Amino acid sequence: MVGKKVKLRIIFLSIFLITIILSLILILKSLENEIVYFISPTEIKNLSELDKNKIRVGGMVKEGSIKAYENNISFVITDFKNEITVSFTGAIPNLFAEGKGVVAEGILRDRNYLVSKKILAKHDENYIPPEVKEALEKK
Amino acid sequence: MLITQIGNYSLILGLFLSIFFIFYLILILYGFIKIKLNNIYSILFIQLFSVLISFFSLIYSFVISNFTNETVYNNSHTTKPLFYKISGTWGNHEGSLLLWLLVLTLFIFLFFIDSKKQPKIYRLYTLVFQQIIILGFFLFVLFTSNPFSYIFPVPLEGLGLNPILQDPALAIHPPILYLGYVGSSIIFSASLSALVSKHINNFWAQHIKKWIFISWIFLTLGIMLGSIWAYYELGWGGFWFWDPVENVSLMPWFCLTALLHSILVLEKRSELKSWTIILSITTFSLSMSGTFLVRSGILNSVHTFANDPGRGVFILTFLFILILISILIFFFFQTEENVRENKIYWLSRETSILVNNWFMIFFLAVVFIGTTYPIFLEVLTSEKISVGPPFYNKLLIPFLIPFLIFMAIGPNLKWIKNDFKKVNFYKFFVFIFLCFITFIFAEKFKIKNLFTIILIISSLYLLISSIGDLIFKRKNISQNISHFGFSILILSIVLNGILSKEFSGNMKIGEEVKFYNEIIKFKKVETFNRENYKSVIATFEIENNKKKLILLKPELRIYNQPNIITSEADIKSSFYEDKFLVFSVLKKNNIFNVRYQVKPFMIWIWVSTLLIIFGGFVRLIKIK
Repeated sequence: MVGKKVKLRIIFLSIFLITIILSLILILKSLENEIVYFISPTEIKNLSELDKNKIRVGGMVKEGSIKAYENNISFVITDFKNEITVSFTGAIPNLFAEGKGVVAEGILRDRNYLVSKKILAKHDENYIPPEVKEALEKK
Repeated sequence: MLITQIGNYSLILGLFLSIFFIFYLILILYGFIKIKLNNIYSILFIQLFSVLISFFSLIYSFVISNFTNETVYNNSHTTKPLFYKISGTWGNHEGSLLLWLLVLTLFIFLFFIDSKKQPKIYRLYTLVFQQIIILGFFLFVLFTSNPFSYIFPVPLEGLGLNPILQDPALAIHPPILYLGYVGSSIIFSASLSALVSKHINNFWAQHIKKWIFISWIFLTLGIMLGSIWAYYELGWGGFWFWDPVENVSLMPWFCLTALLHSILVLEKRSELKSWTIILSITTFSLSMSGTFLVRSGILNSVHTFANDPGRGVFILTFLFILILISILIFFFFQTEENVRENKIYWLSRETSILVNNWFMIFFLAVVFIGTTYPIFLEVLTSEKISVGPPFYNKLLIPFLIPFLIFMAIGPNLKWIKNDFKKVNFYKFFVFIFLCFITFIFAEKFKIKNLFTIILIISSLYLLISSIGDLIFKRKNISQNISHFGFSILILSIVLNGILSKEFSGNMKIGEEVKFYNEIIKFKKVETFNRENYKSVIATFEIENNKKKLILLKPELRIYNQPNIITSEADIKSSFYEDKFLVFSVLKKNNIFNVRYQVKPFMIWIWVSTLLIIFGGFVRLIKIK
């Protein structure tokens, strides 16, 4: 026989555990859907199939590649091996310039074309995103 | 130069004092030496004084632009305005750690004065634990980031402070945030020492509550200042980006807020002892790991500053030791909860506070996983990812709804046991009435999302119920003010989120763009020379359908040292909405990139946060 007190404690403990497990499952499930992968132009070239979700592409803005149109701009991100053209609408951070590091977030149309609505700004003019640095070191 | 020497040696003096003091205290605690309170006061005071001297000598070096000092060289410049020369002292890594140390020594001094009524053993143990933390910071400053290192040959000019940090809000943001962080270290030491000296009771709760409120007030204020700065300086027009660096300051806040509530249960009912201790240990660990994550460069954040991995390793080791010590103490000096005497009933104030704590821990878990998951994934699989706002919105918003409702109901329950029959039913009718109003409102503004509507209803419910309590009950004014502030905060964030409008595109001078019922006219661009930057000011006219004109003058600052461009958005705030305009140059032609935003209820986000803080402040004053 289980006493009343013990029974109450068991109920309490099991509710507690179930809540924790449920919230963890919930968190991890949504995490799966909401993460944004970071890839370099070279990795895009080697993709077996195009990702339909948002991705981040990092590299350097190619010299002489920024073109301004009425409502958007286009530029080329390079990792000095492969390149990808980005069409961008939205506000441009101040540290965005040719020959500097950049991270653009958007959706791939094909292996050479990214439609982006967000460019990440960094605080430091000498700053290269860690991902870009690594990609540059690899080459 | 002499001033650098003075600063350096007084820091070393502080370090030795700290080592000596720990031994001295241990000898007292084991009964080898008789306790002399005057000695302890003077040691604490000399230590505070030595850190103060070294802090002021660093400020002085910054003011006179003493470039023999490496820190000054890296972060200052002769043409910088005096205000930013001084704020530059803590705008960098070395100086900010010196500030940490200063606040640590100041707080322990104040704590010792303040805790006179507490048992001696408890006070001494708190000093020991706090001195261990202080010692760790002394070692960290002196060996990995000494602000007084020389540079030779002496450069003529400094590298300058990052212009984005040359801002009044950011000049006071770090010190205020640190006051919050360091306050949590006092709570940490005090909890451990209360465990060791078996002093966890309502008397202790009453005394430590003051420190919890102090650090909570500063932490909230610090987070708010950072957010305001991000709003007008970064030029993105948002106030919270779920960026890792921001999350890192929010995590201790969740924990501290949970602690703030659970300490009340400990004070009134002598319950939740272990839980309170766990919360205070966690709050401090989160504050420390925050510093670690920001400074080590592990976080992939838009706020990344220059950093050094060696420092990260030191903080990580130090943090590991502290957590290990606290866990050991927690297990060996476990206090017994007197479960038999006090029964917890389902419908009581205690339970509602426990519910608050559960929600807080859930929010904490979400933010924690979202922030650290990318780090772990990269270490394990070298895949690089980032977790964006949708993740947080999806997980936090649904849980905010019951949270808000509990916030309205909880404070009206009685301690120990509330009779179900005494629950106020007229509030139920208020609730239905609110549903009705919100649906009309939603219909008018075409809000389709059901979650948003329910969220608005529940925050309105909290709003009405806290105003009602404020007027009719007047029992717990501070708590009512804070809860009232929180309801406005959520309400304005939600409305701001769904009703914001944004235009962004490229414009030439003289061009006009139609945007909803307004016309944006780009008038002219002028250039001025300022003290340490060149200023480019554009003039925009916004004309609404009633022919009313608003002038907006955003600015671009081109700094000469270091060579950086920053945008200063022009914001016209009003009671109802903010108009936000920022522009930037595209290459060297005449096309400018313009971003115009209309953000409703923006000002209420800051006002409501101030209300929340004010509530905490009122409570702090009432504690004797």
